[in-house]
Amino acid sequence: MTDTINDVVIVGSGPAGLTAAIYSARAGLGPVVLEGEPSSTSDQPGGQLMLTTEVENYPGFPDGIMGPDLMENFRNQALRFGAEILTVKASQVDFSERPFKIWVGDTSAPPTYRARTVVVATGAQSLMLGLDAEQRLIGHGLSTCATCDGFFFRDHEICVVGGGDSALEEALFLTRFASSVTVIHRRDTLRASKIMQDRALANPKIRFLWNSAVDDIVGETSVEGVLVRDLVTDHVTQHDFTGIFVAIGHRPNTELFAGHLAMKDNGYLITDAKTSATSVDGVFACGDVQDDRYRQAITAAGSGCAAAIDAERWLEAHAE
Amino acid sequence: MGITNLTEATFSEEVNSSSVPVVVDFWAEWCKPCKMISPILEEIADGNPEKIRVTKVNVDEHPGLARTYNVQSIPTLIVFKDGQEDLRVIGAKGKPQLLEDLAVYL
Repeated sequence: MTDTINDVVIVGSGPAGLTAAIYSARAGLGPVVLEGEPSSTSDQPGGQLMLTTEVENYPGFPDGIMGPDLMENFRNQALRFGAEILTVKASQVDFSERPFKIWVGDTSAPPTYRARTVVVATGAQSLMLGLDAEQRLIGHGLSTCATCDGFFFRDHEICVVGGGDSALEEALFLTRFASSVTVIHRRDTLRASKIMQDRALANPKIRFLWNSAVDDIVGETSVEGVLVRDLVTDHVTQHDFTGIFVAIGHRPNTELFAGHLAMKDNGYLITDAKTSATSVDGVFACGDVQDDRYRQAITAAGSGCAAAIDAERWLEAHAE
Repeated sequence: MGITNLTEATFSEEVNSSSVPVVVDFWAEWCKPCKMISPILEEIADGNPEKIRVTKVNVDEHPGLARTYNVQSIPTLIVFKDGQEDLRVIGAKGKPQLLEDLAVYL
C-alpha cells in the first residue's frame, strides 16, 4: 500500500509497547504503533491494565492509579513526542526478508507497512474457564472487565475465580459494590503477594472457597448460580452467585508470530538473555509476550525501553 | 447528525418514533473500552445518516434505563427497530467487527 519504509513499527500498546514508543519517538525515529482494536475479551489497545482496576505498585503514583488512567497517560506521553498511534490490529507478518512486512486487514493484499525494525509488544490475554456457558453469559453476569462492570453488581453476591494478585485486586475493588465477594481458588494457599492476601483475608466482605473449581455456570439469560466442585471431596455444590469475574491466568498473544519467531513450548517468545533480541535480527520483543516470569507493568515498561534502545542501536549499526 | 444523548424522559420518544433503526450505546465516563468505541460509532453514524441513528445512554446518570434493558456490562449496544430490541452487541470491538455486526442495517 505504501512505498514508505518505517524505521520502527511497534505492534502492541501496553506498558511495553508505549514505553518503546516514547523512547523511539524521543530518539527521532518516528515510530508507528499498531495499538490493536478495542475488545472486552481479548487483547486491546492499552493492554491488560485497561480491563483492571487499581494499580498500587507502579512507582511514581503514591496514591495508586486506575489501570486505564495509567495507560491513557502512557499513550498521551507517546503522542507528545510524535509517535503515530493507529487503532488497527496486525493480521499477518513476514520477517523472512528485509524490510520486514506487516499487514493490517486483508492478508492477500500488499503489506500495509514495511519496517527496518519491529518491536513486538503484543502482551498476553486473560484465560477464560473454557465452559460453554461463558459465551452465553458474558455481559450477563459473567465479566472480564472489573472496572467496566463492577458498577452493575451493587448489592449482589458475586464470585471471583483465581488466587493471584489480579484475582484479589478485582475482589477488593468489587467489595465497593457487591454485598459479598467469594474467591474461588484451586489450591489452599494464594499465589498473590503478601499485602494483597492480608488485605483480602481481613476484608469482611470477602470469603474464600479453597481447593475449589468452577464446574459450570447456571442460568440461560443471566447468571443465577455457580456449580463449584470441592477438589478434595469431589462434591459439587451450587452457590447462588449472580456475578462471576474470572482471573485465572494469562496466555501470550503470539499466534501472529508462529513460524516467524522462536518461542517456548508455552508460547512465550524467546529473547536473548540480556537484550530484547528475538530469533530474527532486527525484530525485538518486550513485555509480557516474552516474559513468563515477572509479568508486571513496570517490568514490561522497562523491557519496552530496552527494546527501543536495541532498535535504535540496530538502526545505527545498519545505517544505509 | 452526531450522537444524541438519551435520558429517561426522552428515551421512548426517540427510540419509538425513529423511521430508521436506532443504536443505543450504554456507556460511562469510567469505562475506557466505552470511550474507545465511541469515535468508531461516530464514524459509522456520520457515514450512514439515512440508514441508522446512533444515540447513547450514560448509565451513571440513568441507571434505571440500564436496569430496564438488563445491561450488566458496558459497553453494550442495543439496536432498536420499530421500537423493538433487534440486536445486542456486548463488549468493545474494533471497527471492522462493529461494521460486520451492524451490516444488516447499513
